[in-house]
Amino acid sequence: MLTPSEIEEIKHEVERAGRGLNASVEALKIVQRQRRWVPDEELEEVSKLLGVTTHELDAVATFYSFIFRRPVGKNLILVCDGPACWMLNGHMLAETIKAELGIGLGETTKDGEFTFLPISCIGLCDKAPAMMINDDVYGGLTPEKVREALKKYR
Amino acid sequence: MSAKDPQAYPLTAGMEMNGKAVGLQKYEALGGYEGAKKALLQMGPAQVMQEVKDSNLRGRGGAGFPTGQKWSFVPMGENAPNTRYLVVNADEMEPGAFKDKFLLEGNPHQLIEGMVISSYAIGASVSYVFLRWAYKEAAKRIEQAISEAHSKGYLGKNIFGSGFDHEVRLHTSAGRYICGEETALLTALEGKRGIPRAKPPFPQICGLWGKPTVVNNVETMANVPHIIRNGAKWFKEISRSSDGGTKIYGASGRVNRPGAWELPMGTPLRELLEIHAGGMKDGYKLKGIMPGGASTEFMLEEHLDTPMDFDSVPKAGSRLGTGTLMVMDHKTCPVGLVLNIMEFFARESCGWCTPCREGLPWLTGILRKVEHGDGNPEDLEILNEHIPLLGMGRTFCALAPGAIEPLQSALKYYKQDFEAHIEKKTCPYK
Repeated sequence: MLTPSEIEEIKHEVERAGRGLNASVEALKIVQRQRRWVPDEELEEVSKLLGVTTHELDAVATFYSFIFRRPVGKNLILVCDGPACWMLNGHMLAETIKAELGIGLGETTKDGEFTFLPISCIGLCDKAPAMMINDDVYGGLTPEKVREALKKYR
Repeated sequence: MSAKDPQAYPLTAGMEMNGKAVGLQKYEALGGYEGAKKALLQMGPAQVMQEVKDSNLRGRGGAGFPTGQKWSFVPMGENAPNTRYLVVNADEMEPGAFKDKFLLEGNPHQLIEGMVISSYAIGASVSYVFLRWAYKEAAKRIEQAISEAHSKGYLGKNIFGSGFDHEVRLHTSAGRYICGEETALLTALEGKRGIPRAKPPFPQICGLWGKPTVVNNVETMANVPHIIRNGAKWFKEISRSSDGGTKIYGASGRVNRPGAWELPMGTPLRELLEIHAGGMKDGYKLKGIMPGGASTEFMLEEHLDTPMDFDSVPKAGSRLGTGTLMVMDHKTCPVGLVLNIMEFFARESCGWCTPCREGLPWLTGILRKVEHGDGNPEDLEILNEHIPLLGMGRTFCALAPGAIEPLQSALKYYKQDFEAHIEKKTCPYK
């Protein structure tokens, strides 16, 4: 269930945007901030606040790579799978993550701490290979640097 | 880049290598917001539009459409709709491109000033920055710049006492490549699933919420303050080609100094590669260059003397695109690279029209087979047959036509590599 402060925030976004549907992405991001994903119950609540059907809102939610309709871990590991990183063996970093955390692409650790996903080119091509963990960006990666970076979130 | 002459390097003057943004004070000291002041107090909207037309500024998103001409399609005058919008496309998701990020993080006020001037020219009282999800640092810096511009009266009501009101709003997306396509971007900004729209009507007539709208790229916007401040003639003079101005070029891959640089428009490819990027790394030879993102055709050694501008690159069989080079070395498998690119486009297809939704995964599957040594000679025929089927005019937008550009040129230039995979039943680069 949405908290009263989340409801207030969503209402504020609707007001700012002028009409309900315009605020869809912002509203879904508000739902995700604490839960990290958008469960059915909250999707329905938001659709009522926006004055749209659940299907209209789910069409938006399922469209974007970073609106999640399934649970994800506390920390998101997003390894760039763009061509500039691929040329510098960015795809090999998945092996390091698998060895460290036991998860492959699309998987979450059993303790719910980490989810590992691909991300399209993040504009760090001159520092390839690159990744993001949550809002932090890492470039010039080697297996050693990936292991170092992961330590900060454990 | 600190001691650069602002007359020669207008976009990056004042930017430092420490990664910090040019602050408001420093931007003002470099003449920041003087262009906006000049436009709003001394020029009419039509005059601003004419100056931009005369400058030969061409859209830096990749297509190179003349900016002033784009603006001129917006209906103006008493009988035109009152509400108009300017939208800045900051959804930089083209693989291999990082030039807009460089400008957004490096000098957000330059963008805001460009937006104020451009909005004045088309009579828009609200403009939007449509920013990609992953650009978290840029988002913070744009927010800060908007708030600072407000407190100094560069945004808000009656800017410089001119009677012109303007607000800039930041929309951060949630991650989808198709949103960089201008009509999909507008659909997404309306809060709907971001699928492209049929054109015509063009956004300048019927855009955001059905109102006249101009969509411009970040780098395009960044040029506008300097054109107004220094004039169209100056802008044409700093270029090495008939397209005005400078260009943010960049390079990635196995080169000695990957990075981004502001240089005169029309700087030859050889200079970019050998001087600015410092040439290939030891032990690596040049095999090909994608000059402007993953949706541009490869260029070869024989094309190195091409001036990198919108009209010259097509003569070498490719497109300027974003101008950020992806350099492929001789130890990288071209089939593997094209497969990586095709996987991206197949994933990012919005699914709206059939050739793209069905065609790209089909091509990806064939490429994967070939790359992994399971291909046969007929597969190359199928790949070649699909190229016209996914071309311009077959789809709603340019995603699929862009996706096949690298494939098409790889089949032409690296035919032997494709054949070697099939003959040897493995990737010879492994």
